[in-house]
Amino acid sequence: MSSAATPSTETSPQLLLKLAAITKRFGPLIANDAIDLDVHRGEIVALLGENGAGKTTLMNILFGHYVADEGAVMVAGADDNILATLEPGAPQAALDAGIGMVHQHFTLAENLTGLDNIVLGTEPIFRLRRDRTKARAKLDHLMSGSGLNVDLNQPVHKLTVGEKQRVEILKALYRDARLLVLDEPTAVLTPQEADSLFAILRKLAATGLAVIIIAHKLAEVLAVSHRIAILRGGKKVGEMTTDQADRRSIAELMVGRDVPISKRRERTPGAEVISLHNITIDRGDARRSLHNVSLLAREGEILGIAGVSGNGQAALAQLIAGLDRPDSGTVEIFGEPVTKFDAHQFAQNGIARIPEDRHHDGMIGSMTVAENIAIEDVRSRDYQKFGFLDFDAIRKRAEHAIADYDVRCPGPDAPARLLSGGNIQKLILARVLEKSPKLILANQPSRGLDVGAQSEVHRRLLEAREGGAAVILISEDLDELLTLSDQIAVIHAGHVSPVIAAGDIDRSELGLMMAGQKKNEHNADTRAAGGPA
Amino acid sequence: MIRFEPRTNPSAFLVYGVPVMAAAFAIILAAIPLSLAGAPILPAYGLMISGAFGSLFSISEMLTRATPLILTGLAAAIAFRAKLWNIGAEGQLYMGAMAAVAVGSGVIDAPSYIMIPVIMLAGAAAGAMMLIGPIIMKTRLGVDEVVTTLLLNFIVLLFVQMMLEGALKDPMSMGWPQSEPIIDSAILPPLLERMRVHLGLIIALISAFALAIFVKRTVWGFEIRAVGENAAAAKFSGISVTKTMVLVAMLSGGLAGLAGVSEVAGTRGYLATDLSPGYGYAGIVVAMLARLSPIGVIISALFVASVFVGADSMSRAIGVSNYLADLIVAMSLLCVLIGGFLTRFKIHFGRQKSAG
Repeated sequence: MSSAATPSTETSPQLLLKLAAITKRFGPLIANDAIDLDVHRGEIVALLGENGAGKTTLMNILFGHYVADEGAVMVAGADDNILATLEPGAPQAALDAGIGMVHQHFTLAENLTGLDNIVLGTEPIFRLRRDRTKARAKLDHLMSGSGLNVDLNQPVHKLTVGEKQRVEILKALYRDARLLVLDEPTAVLTPQEADSLFAILRKLAATGLAVIIIAHKLAEVLAVSHRIAILRGGKKVGEMTTDQADRRSIAELMVGRDVPISKRRERTPGAEVISLHNITIDRGDARRSLHNVSLLAREGEILGIAGVSGNGQAALAQLIAGLDRPDSGTVEIFGEPVTKFDAHQFAQNGIARIPEDRHHDGMIGSMTVAENIAIEDVRSRDYQKFGFLDFDAIRKRAEHAIADYDVRCPGPDAPARLLSGGNIQKLILARVLEKSPKLILANQPSRGLDVGAQSEVHRRLLEAREGGAAVILISEDLDELLTLSDQIAVIHAGHVSPVIAAGDIDRSELGLMMAGQKKNEHNADTRAAGGPA
Repeated sequence: MIRFEPRTNPSAFLVYGVPVMAAAFAIILAAIPLSLAGAPILPAYGLMISGAFGSLFSISEMLTRATPLILTGLAAAIAFRAKLWNIGAEGQLYMGAMAAVAVGSGVIDAPSYIMIPVIMLAGAAAGAMMLIGPIIMKTRLGVDEVVTTLLLNFIVLLFVQMMLEGALKDPMSMGWPQSEPIIDSAILPPLLERMRVHLGLIIALISAFALAIFVKRTVWGFEIRAVGENAAAAKFSGISVTKTMVLVAMLSGGLAGLAGVSEVAGTRGYLATDLSPGYGYAGIVVAMLARLSPIGVIISALFVASVFVGADSMSRAIGVSNYLADLIVAMSLLCVLIGGFLTRFKIHFGRQKSAG
C-alpha cells in the first residue's frame, strides 16, 4: 500500500476510502479487474489511464451507478474513522457518505445564479420563503478558506468556464463532501486557470479533503497530485508517489509499450499555400465570429492556432473547410483568391479537412467504413460510372486504408458506428491524407484520443509536413501545439494574434495570450512581476 | 426504473422479423373490436382471408388497391430516408391525377405508347411541383415541411373541387363534379380480362425496384442516404444538402403524382374528389411498415391492401363496420413503431442508472 505517500507529515494519515478488489465485467469485457485503491484524508490521488482503461467504470462503481461484480467500496465514517462498506448501487448512499463529483461537462442550470445552483436540491421543495443566510454564510466560509472565489449572485451563463468549475466544486463542498472526484478538470481551462485550480485543490487537501483527479495529461498530474495510480485494460498497472514518478515511465505504463515521441525536424517552409487577408465573419456569437483576421500558411509548415475553446476557432475552421464565407476580406489559395466557398470544391482542390467533432461531422454511423472513406470522392470518376457507384473501387480503397492506417474494424462493410473514437479518427485520416493534400486543416485532431492514437495522429501530420503540405492545427492542447507547430498564433474572442515562431514562445506566455492579453502587454507584465502570476 | 440501452448492431432477425410479427400481432389484436361488435371471431378472420385471396377476382381487387399504395409508400419512403417529412402525398396524388386528366382527356391524342408516358410525365411533374414551395421554405427559411406539406393537401383538394366545378367539369356528367373521362389511348390497360388490376401495378413494381437500385447503387442514392443519416457529416464532406433535398422532393412528389395518374387512368377513368380514400396518408404507414425499404414497400403495400380489401368484404358479409380495416392498419403501425423501438433499444428493468 502507499501510506508513505501522504501529504501532511505531522498527523498520521487516516484512510478515508478503500476500494477493495473491485471487479466489473460487461459480458466478456473485464472493465475493472480486481482494482485496489486507497485514498487518505488530505491526499490528492491522480487516476491515470487511456480511454477505456476503466477509470470511468471505477468511478461509476464508487458512486453507485454500477454494482461491482466483486469487491467492495468502503468509506470511513465522518466522526469515527471506521471503515464501513458502502451500499452497492445506491448513488444516494455515496452522496450521504460525503463523496462529491465534478463532471467534465458541468451540470449547472445556466439561467440560475451560482447560489441557486449550489443550494438546488438541498432545500425542501415546499417552503414559504427562502432563507439563504445560512447557506450564504457556509459558502462564504468555504470560499475564504480555499480561495474558491466566485460571484455567486451572477447567473451561471455569465461566468467563465473556470468560474463554473468553482461553482461545481463549491456545490460538492456545500454538501459536505469529504472526497472530491474531478473528471478531467483541466480539459477546458487555460494553463493559468489550471494552475489556480491546482492551488485551490492543494489548499483544500490541506484542510483534510481527499481528492481523486481523473486525467490523461501527465504534466498536470505531476504538478498537483501526491500519488498516482495508473490503470490499463481494467487493471491497476502501477501506483507511485508523485515525487518518484517520471513522465516517460508513466506514459509507458499507461500505454503498455514504448510510446514513439514525435519529433519535428527543421525544414525551410516553401511557397505560400493559403492566406487570409482581413477576414471578418460576424455571426453575432463570439464562437462563430472572426474580426479582421490575417493568417498565412506555407508548404512544409505547421501553423498552430492556440486558444481556449469557443473563441472563434469554429468560425476559422468552417471558413478553411469551405463551409462558410467571409463577410469581408479575401482568402487566397496558391495565390488565387477564392470566389466559391464550397466544401466539395475545397476537398477536391487538395484541402484535407479533419473535423473538430469527429462523431458529429466526421462520419455517418449507419453507412459502411468503405462508404465513409470514399464519401468526399464518390462523384469522382474513380468511384462511379454514369452515376453508378463502383463498389469494387470503393472497397479496394477501403482495404488499403484499413491496412495502411491500421483502422481496427470488422471489415470495409461494417457500419462505421462500431468503430471507437481513435479508429474513427484513423478512418478520417485515411479519407483525407491518402490524396496527398496540399493543405491540412486539423481541428482538435487528438482530442479525446488515447496516447497511442494521439501519437499516430501526430506522426501522420508531421509526415504530411515533411511531404510538403501546409498544416493548420487548431488545438487547445498546448503540449500538442508546442511539439508540432513551426509557428503559433493565438485566437481570442475572434481576434488572431500575430504569428510567433514556435522557438520564441513559452507556455506561460501562450497561456496569458489565450486569456486575452496582447503579447507586448504581457511581456511588460511578466517583467514587472518578475515571475509567474 | 426502466432504462433503455441502444443496441449497436441489431440482428437480422430483429430487423426483418419485427415488422412481420408486429403486423401479425395487430391482426390478432383485431379480435378485440371484432368480439365487441359481436362478430364470430374465427369465421370473421376466414372471411377476411377469402375476401383478399379467395378468388382471382379478390386477388385482382387486392392488387388494384395495392398499386397506389406502393407508389405513395415509395414517395414517403424516399422522402423519409432523407429526413424530408413529406406528409403531402395525398395532395401530390390529386395534382398528378389532375395533370393526367388535363392532358389525357382529349386535348391531344396519340397512340397508347405515347399517351401513357405523356400522362405519366405530366402527373409526376405536377406532383413534384407541389413540393417546390415547401422545399424552398424549408431550406431558405427553415419552415417545417410537415406543416406546409400537410396543409397543402387541403388546398389541393379544394383546388381540385374548384376545377371540377369549372374548367375541368365534364359537360356530360349531368351536374356531378367530375372531369371528362381519360381517352381510350391514355387508359392504363387491365392486366387480366374482366379484372380491374391494370398496368399501374407493373409501373409501381418497376418504380420500387428502380428506386431500390437508385438508393443503393448510385451516387445520388449515396448522397440521399448520407444526408438522411447525418446531414452535418454529409455537409462537411461536401455533399450539398439543399440539392439533395430538392432531388428527394422531386422524386417523392413525382412518385405520389404517379399514384394519382395510375388511379385516374387505370382504375377510375375520370377525376372526382373521391378518387383517393387517403392513399397519400396510408402511404406513410406503408413506408413505415417497410422500414423505408423500397422493396419492403411492395410487401407492406400488399399487406395493407389485403387488410383493406379483406375487411371490406368481411364487413359486408357479416355486417360489421369496415372501419375495422382502418383499425387494423393503425394498430399495425403502432405495433411496428413499438417493435422498431425494441429493435433499436434493449430495455432493462431495475434501479441501476446508466453511466453519468
